[in-house]
Amino acid sequence: MNRRTAMSLAVVASAALLLPGCTGTGGSSKGADAKAPDDPSKVTGTIKVLTVRTDLVQDGTLKKYAAEFNKTYPKVKVEFEGLTNYEAEVKIRMNTENYGDVLLIPAVIKKADYPRFFASLGTQAERSKKYRFTDYTTVDGKVYGQSPVGVAPGFIYNKRIWKEAGVTEWPATPAEFIADLKAIKARTDAIPYYTNFAAGWTLTSWTYVDGAVSCDPQATTKLAEDDPWAKGADLRVGDTLLYDIVKQGLVEKDPTTSNWEESKPRTAKGEIATQWLGTWAIVQFQDAAKKAGVNPDDIGFMPFPAQTGGKFCATVAPDYNQAVNVHSKYKEAARAWIDWFTDKSGYVEDNLSISPLKDAPMPQVLKPYEDQGVKLIEVDDAQGARVKQLDSDSEVGIYAPEYRQNLVDLARGARKGTLDGFLGDLSERWTDAQKNLGS
Amino acid sequence: MTDTTEKAAVEVSAAAPVPAPASRRTRAWRGVTPWLFLIAPLALLITFTYAPIVNMLAYSFTDWDGVSPVLHYTGVENYQEVFTRPDLFEVFWVSGYYLAASAVQIVLALYFATILSFDVRFRNFFKGVLFFPYLINGVAIGFVFLYFFQDGGTLDSVLSLLGVHTDHAWLGTPASANTSLAGVSVWRYLGLNFVLFLGAIQSIPGELYEAAELDGANRWHQFRHIIAPGIKPVLTLTVILSISGSLSVFEIPYIMTGGATGTETFVIQTVNLAFRFNKTGLASAAAIVLLLIILLVTWVQRRLVPDDKVDLV
Repeated sequence: MNRRTAMSLAVVASAALLLPGCTGTGGSSKGADAKAPDDPSKVTGTIKVLTVRTDLVQDGTLKKYAAEFNKTYPKVKVEFEGLTNYEAEVKIRMNTENYGDVLLIPAVIKKADYPRFFASLGTQAERSKKYRFTDYTTVDGKVYGQSPVGVAPGFIYNKRIWKEAGVTEWPATPAEFIADLKAIKARTDAIPYYTNFAAGWTLTSWTYVDGAVSCDPQATTKLAEDDPWAKGADLRVGDTLLYDIVKQGLVEKDPTTSNWEESKPRTAKGEIATQWLGTWAIVQFQDAAKKAGVNPDDIGFMPFPAQTGGKFCATVAPDYNQAVNVHSKYKEAARAWIDWFTDKSGYVEDNLSISPLKDAPMPQVLKPYEDQGVKLIEVDDAQGARVKQLDSDSEVGIYAPEYRQNLVDLARGARKGTLDGFLGDLSERWTDAQKNLGS
Repeated sequence: MTDTTEKAAVEVSAAAPVPAPASRRTRAWRGVTPWLFLIAPLALLITFTYAPIVNMLAYSFTDWDGVSPVLHYTGVENYQEVFTRPDLFEVFWVSGYYLAASAVQIVLALYFATILSFDVRFRNFFKGVLFFPYLINGVAIGFVFLYFFQDGGTLDSVLSLLGVHTDHAWLGTPASANTSLAGVSVWRYLGLNFVLFLGAIQSIPGELYEAAELDGANRWHQFRHIIAPGIKPVLTLTVILSISGSLSVFEIPYIMTGGATGTETFVIQTVNLAFRFNKTGLASAAAIVLLLIILLVTWVQRRLVPDDKVDLV
């Protein structure tokens, strides 16, 4: 670099310091409401719906929903935009006013900022009579989003393989679970447990053991206030189980090149016995089974191996919450879409998921849960925002793949250290962040 | 010969009528003209290179989370954090693998460029083969090589055809994973280096080789005394590019392993800070620090190897 370019760089750099830090959207529409329309035939407008379900955009399923929607709301035109890397892309778009009319609330948005970005759907007092999960999006008594489906975490497993290994009862403790996986390894050709290490996000579902282990609806509050990796704490129990599974060699030979798409038909065919995912995955695995020409009924679902008072527990939480863009020109139409999609579209049944409507029946796939008396709990999310903040501040990333990938690496010897040291470091970072954030 | 032409040139110019001095307006236009041509490239350069850097610099003094409309000016706090956290710099060890790989890459590129600059059978075909990987999109390369390194994937099958049954998890341990990824990077960028070298070698006048051959120089002598000094500027440039490239490796490890199993590089770490942990301010500071490191390394290299003119004759 010669002197002249150095000079011009310096000029540019000093100009940078003078630039005011203006980002984000203005607060003019803050606190707007998206009211439910009174007369469906009068609602007009073209709304754009942002979604993560690129598969449903491509195969035209969403268009079919829109056509169905138009029978009630003939003057509303619904367009869809599927985003593969949803979080990152929407986050950047939210610095402008154009982020669709209906969108899924990205995890990065702070709860306190919801009124700046989204139009309110009504008060919690009123909405919670009809819907589940309202507290996940409530700010100052107003609700800003509604999830169309609820999900419960659990193990997707191949019933045939587990039976072949001689296991008929769900394991009730982590030790039993390990013993069962060992039996699968000894008696069948299947991979007992598949980590799906390479995809990364698949490992993050291990965070959702929180609440299921201790059967505590206050699990999120505990994350915010206590050490999640203290002896006996939910995350420690879950992480220890994952560590032991890998340590005992009960996983695929080379996790680093695992393949998510491939893991679905392989599980259906019985080459893989078990994966920790969620209810949302059942329909995908059953489809994979149909495509592979094997029996979709082989796909089973079981809760985390822990019991409280002799009963299994499973948490039910919302998937992405749908919200109305506060800058949308057609808020009524957008609201109509959210209400219709949640109440009447049949999306819940199509995905074998738990309905956000309080009076709706449980999906058929959870029949075994009812039979075994699995207790479904809704975790209180009052401290959810604080947990997210702690997670970012500490750079632990309980909703990001790195920490579980490191845990798996540690267990298979590709990383130096001990489990106690590893989890101790996590608790240290977490509790430090708690101290710095204050209460 | 030279003398006469020069004289002729002088005579011609002397004979030509002396043009009248250009009017002030014409002269002003002459001063403006080059800038008119420069408007488009400068506008692009400023919009897409300098303005974002300026923005990033501004963010690096704030605690912005990347989306919230609220941000606070925090002074040099982010820089303090970057420099007081040794774990942020540990990832530079990974760059060592890529540095070693770029040494291999330069030697290989030089070797192939030298061979293919002489008359070899199927020369253009081999040039194409070597340059081809550079034309493929980096994301595609990442995915292709994921299958390549998979357990029982392409590499394992090829090796077993040769009778070698390694049963090795190529991306399984930090050393092996980094070596494999650096190998992919060599595969990808070899073509670029190769083309640069080939261009430089071909600009060396052919008579020099003939003369050298008459003097009894073999291929190695020709390389040592004609080619190597002839392409020195391109060689130094390539070394500089490779070193700064090794410090800022991103796409291949990001796509293939996402930074797992000890393959995280400084840029991946920065991206994670910005997009996973929503510390856009801190990530901007880290990015600025990386920029400064690269500028410094380049400057040091420039000092060590001054940019001198090539003089073969």
